[in-house]
Amino acid sequence: MRAYPSGIFLALGIFACFVLFGCGSSSTASSSAGQGTTSTPVSNVQPISVNAGPASSYIDGAFTSVTVCVPGSTTNCQTIGGILVDTGSSGLRILSSALTVSLPQQTDSSGNPIVECTAFEDGVTWGPVQAADVKMAGEQARSLPIQVIGSPNFSNVPNACTGQGQPEDDLSSLGANGLLGVGQAIQDCGTFCTTNAANQATYFSCPSSGCIGAIESLAEQVQNPVASFATDNNGVIVELPAVTGAEATVSGSLIFGIGTQSNNGLGGVTVFGTDPYGNLNTTYNSASYQSFLDSGSNGIYFLSTAATGLPVCTNITFLYCPASTQTINALNFAQAGTNGATAPVTFMVGNGGSLTNSPVDTAINNLAGPQPNNFDFGLPFFFGRNVFVAIDGKSTPGGPGPYTAY
Amino acid sequence: MNMVKLRILFAIGIFAAAFAFCFSAYASLGGDMTSVRDDQAKLQGTLQTTSKASYDVHEIQATSGIVVREYVSHSGAVFGVAWHGRTHPDLRQVLGASYDQYVKAVQAQRAQRHGRGPLLIQEPGLIVQTGGHMGALTGTAYLPQSVPAGVRPEDIQ
Repeated sequence: MRAYPSGIFLALGIFACFVLFGCGSSSTASSSAGQGTTSTPVSNVQPISVNAGPASSYIDGAFTSVTVCVPGSTTNCQTIGGILVDTGSSGLRILSSALTVSLPQQTDSSGNPIVECTAFEDGVTWGPVQAADVKMAGEQARSLPIQVIGSPNFSNVPNACTGQGQPEDDLSSLGANGLLGVGQAIQDCGTFCTTNAANQATYFSCPSSGCIGAIESLAEQVQNPVASFATDNNGVIVELPAVTGAEATVSGSLIFGIGTQSNNGLGGVTVFGTDPYGNLNTTYNSASYQSFLDSGSNGIYFLSTAATGLPVCTNITFLYCPASTQTINALNFAQAGTNGATAPVTFMVGNGGSLTNSPVDTAINNLAGPQPNNFDFGLPFFFGRNVFVAIDGKSTPGGPGPYTAY
Repeated sequence: MNMVKLRILFAIGIFAAAFAFCFSAYASLGGDMTSVRDDQAKLQGTLQTTSKASYDVHEIQATSGIVVREYVSHSGAVFGVAWHGRTHPDLRQVLGASYDQYVKAVQAQRAQRHGRGPLLIQEPGLIVQTGGHMGALTGTAYLPQSVPAGVRPEDIQ
């Protein structure tokens, strides 16, 4: 019989693999996103509340409500509560199950819908990119690309997405009706996704035949609504009162803008220069680690039992369980090559097992757990502080972003 | 040999090649050096190796914008994987045979949680943690029973 070169089998195998498993391809995309142009002194105070959230089970989450409208409409709008305020990410994401207005779908140049896979520390969100006018307090971001999580129209999550983590596409897995990402970055992917279609595994073009990686311009990417406001668009302040031990619920404010109005000056806070994602550094026991201030984490997650001597809880491996509350002293300092700021930081670590056993309190100031080689200053850090987040490239009285300050 | 048999053989060949191409790469944690090279190919990365006293670290700079480090004992077993970057790598790829155990443990841990935060999975024979935040995600995974004597889990990063 005639011999076929082995290369033919390999080539056919690769081809068959692409057909069978959709290994990826490239495409281009285009759509629209707009900038607002309006106004003088507008209300820049958005109420936030630490409560159990829409899933009735949250501890240490700050929730707010957001109004979304079909772009250009003042009547086809919906106000959605239970949105988690997240300084650790950028962009507005809303559960499809919480959304009743029908928003326009972003498409690529072939008319195929753009769908996003967003990676978080604990999983992924999957859903289409759609446009909305986003309103909070007196501010508005016009025709902003947002992610609609868990849309039934895109229920088949590609392996390229689930490989990055387990989906958080419903209320019980997300813990909120949506995420309001107000971190230092403007876009949720940035320049990487503008050039790299096949490998980025974040933005996808999804014709009915299946999803493939897509190039996504900066303007098309899901992005921090604050950066698109007409005013007060250089950052935010998260203001929460001090919590003594644990309290049922507390209220505070998300203030838009830094040094743009009489209520958002820097005052006497320390400005820490960060990298574009908001990372600074923390020194503990003479070693230095990456750190970040993340209101979207529900505790202070840092280092390991080996590094701290703090045991994790029996059967709850993600929380520390010291027999009595411990005080941790560390030193925060600015990202190398920025402004060189340093300041000590002190926080408490309680017994996570007893704190979360039959919870009635949703604001707990000493919930903490492990995260090897990182300091994730989650919501307990924000109690009793005004935490400033300056957006990358925006000018402020404390210098240009990105920085964090408290 | 008649044409029918030839066509059947040809079809089997295509299927076998496709099967081998698609699944040979799915082995890393718990695999051997072959799986490291498979990972490099799948992640389309460049490979750099550094040697320690009791293991080698193979660092793959993947085109997806992440760095994956694979820890290989001198007996040739991949006992740990660590990564950092703008996303997580394909965990089916880097966890290999441990992937299904990881998925079950994540689902179980979610039922315990009262909010969002990093994952720390401690299963018999498997430790996985994922953390960081948007744009700067991190993770490690290791097989505690395979970690060479004298190597600390914190060394896998």
